Amino acid sequence: MSPTPAFLGKDLVGLERLSADQLRTILDTAEHFKEISERRIKKVPVLRHKTIVNLFFEASTRTRISFEFAEKRLSADTVNIVAAGSSLQKGETLVDTARNLEAMRIDMVVMRHGSSGAAQFLADRIPSNVINAGDGRHEHPTQGLLDLLTIRDRMGRIEGLKVCIVGDILHSRVARSNIYGLLTLGAEVAVCGPPTLMPPAATELGVRVFTRVEEAIEWADVLNVLRLQLERMEAGYVPSLREYNRIWGVSTARLEAAKRDLVVLHPGPMNRGVEIDSDVADGPHSVILDQVTNGVAVRMAVLYLLAGGQPEKAEAAKQGGET
Amino acid sequence: MSKPLLLRGGRVVDPSQNLDAKRDVLLVDGKVAKVRARIDAPEDARVVDCAGLVVTPGLIDVHVHLREPGEEHKETIATGAAAAAAGGFTAICAMPNTDPPIDDPAAVGFVVAEGRRAGAARVYPVGCISAGRAGKRLALIGEMVEAGAVAVTDDGNPVMDSGLMRTALEYALAFGIPVADHPEDLGLSGNGHMNEGLVATRLGLAGKPNAAEDVHIVRDLLLAELTGGHIHLQHVSTRFGVESIRQAKARGVRVTAEATPHHLVLTQDAVDGYRTEAKMNPPLRCAEDVAAVRAGLADGTLDTVTTDHAPHHYDEKEAAFAEAPNGIVGLETALGIMLTRVVGEGVIDLSTLVERMSCGPARAFHLPGGTLTEGNPADVTVFDPNEVWTVEPRAFLSKSRNTPFSGWELKGRPKLTIVGGRIVFGAP
Repeated sequence: MSPTPAFLGKDLVGLERLSADQLRTILDTAEHFKEISERRIKKVPVLRHKTIVNLFFEASTRTRISFEFAEKRLSADTVNIVAAGSSLQKGETLVDTARNLEAMRIDMVVMRHGSSGAAQFLADRIPSNVINAGDGRHEHPTQGLLDLLTIRDRMGRIEGLKVCIVGDILHSRVARSNIYGLLTLGAEVAVCGPPTLMPPAATELGVRVFTRVEEAIEWADVLNVLRLQLERMEAGYVPSLREYNRIWGVSTARLEAAKRDLVVLHPGPMNRGVEIDSDVADGPHSVILDQVTNGVAVRMAVLYLLAGGQPEKAEAAKQGGET
Repeated sequence: MSKPLLLRGGRVVDPSQNLDAKRDVLLVDGKVAKVRARIDAPEDARVVDCAGLVVTPGLIDVHVHLREPGEEHKETIATGAAAAAAGGFTAICAMPNTDPPIDDPAAVGFVVAEGRRAGAARVYPVGCISAGRAGKRLALIGEMVEAGAVAVTDDGNPVMDSGLMRTALEYALAFGIPVADHPEDLGLSGNGHMNEGLVATRLGLAGKPNAAEDVHIVRDLLLAELTGGHIHLQHVSTRFGVESIRQAKARGVRVTAEATPHHLVLTQDAVDGYRTEAKMNPPLRCAEDVAAVRAGLADGTLDTVTTDHAPHHYDEKEAAFAEAPNGIVGLETALGIMLTRVVGEGVIDLSTLVERMSCGPARAFHLPGGTLTEGNPADVTVFDPNEVWTVEPRAFLSKSRNTPFSGWELKGRPKLTIVGGRIVFGAP
């Protein structure tokens, strides 16, 4: 691979510090890689000499599998480590785990961790590339990127769009990555949800805050509906899931009251009948499965670029050429 | 008895006698014998040239965690007392949140004995308010005072039960000691790890609002007013907290309060990048709060500068932010930070600094020292106000290195620490 400095730097910890140019290039690169997943033989030799560890301290199905498909379709060697039953549960510190992996000569770590800042912590301490697959309530950059790609595909642009993120903004790493990416690419961003689930400094991030979902729907071109976790109700942020659905749920009736056709995203897994009604999830507004498809392409693009791949050589790399 | 010690020609700053002038100081038999413009050296005296140096009553820190017994990998009474001496402190008050906690007279006696054995800064034990720091019923406060405790606190934990706090303030009246509280409403601070605000939102960390501290400060002030007891409020960090104390003092409430060097010079921005060495409780707050703490220190609303010296092992701070413990070490940086960033920026003058780091703490906790008037203990701090140095945690005498000030260039450095007429730090 090219010894020149990687386009993205060593790591992808979050979208907060990425430039518009970097974001656009990742999305453009992902467009090149989309086609691989549509082939009969879904494999190209782009990362055939790379070893990647998927290190998941928190349960994850969609993100972990999406990364694994992306890695395998690019021909990387991959190892999955999940917390249950591993040394991660035997009191080994994060930095020791990382150093041990490093000692086995790996190239990249994809990490999901329950603590905000864990990805940065790891990135600062090991020479391998680190990709944040979600750290606490901080960021989930590849989810943010796949949301951007899905919006751009559907709407043809991001600049000037009005995007509202609905739900538990306080605890959401998806919300933060979306806010940073969308603002950098020139969208107007709003958040909507119960005041108890709003970060205290939301407006200082540069977003509008709606309390009523009807107002958000009236305003927005795109809704990104977040999962309401059951724990939030147990912790007393909202009194009941039924009440949440009544007041903040995204339903067909509410969408039909809006004057334009909205596009609805959801990062999954969905609680049907809580934050989103089934007829919305399965209906014409929904791009939820496109998000899942795009997730693989976006992750391929990120892996390629972090491995030192040049954006303009992505097409050639796919054909087996040097990157 | 050690030989008489004559400190020759230093600038003596002693607010207890409105003194800021070039003086000779003679220490004999562990006491201050004379402070004069010119003292002829007694024949057997050791003479130390203090020209260009500042000589003050020994600095006192009434809020220090020494971790012994129970967490000797972080600090011991001996290493903490040595670190204190190296920082120019002649006396420190040891917080009781050890394992086991200091909640009975035997435990207090242990701290007294270990402090003496250390032979560095004086170590005064502070006992628990409640048995086991459990917040349920009073600890053996009277017996602990007899054994040498100079105050009580459940520090580390606030006293959440207002009824217990009232009882403690009343009961302590019998012994003339302050009841010190870590003001924090745990329900409001929740599982917060830093100040609530923009930085916490960006980093995705749960925050603690100022209100968590404010409601508790106000409650403690009301209880001190109700009982006539002496409340000592630890590490005040909020603007509303400072203003509430100011108003309470004007009403005649018996309250003393602390400011820490870190809350005087750092804001929540120091946490950005998930810097665990800037994680402490109360958290670093906003610029407006720093300004209020500075104003409170300047006008005497806040009586003492205290470090809240909180050693933690490297491994414990080398973790994701939420998993790292609260607290920083401070004994060996406090004087330099205060001289460089608080006196140096014109917040207070040198005399006020000595008042807040020596006389004020001695008065608040009824400790000997805090003055160089004749006949008082020969506890003296000598520092060079002009020496420029760089904070190098590896050089600390403390066992721990957890400081946000690593690499800071400071102006002003302790040169000589004298306890009871004996030099415990520095080479004359």
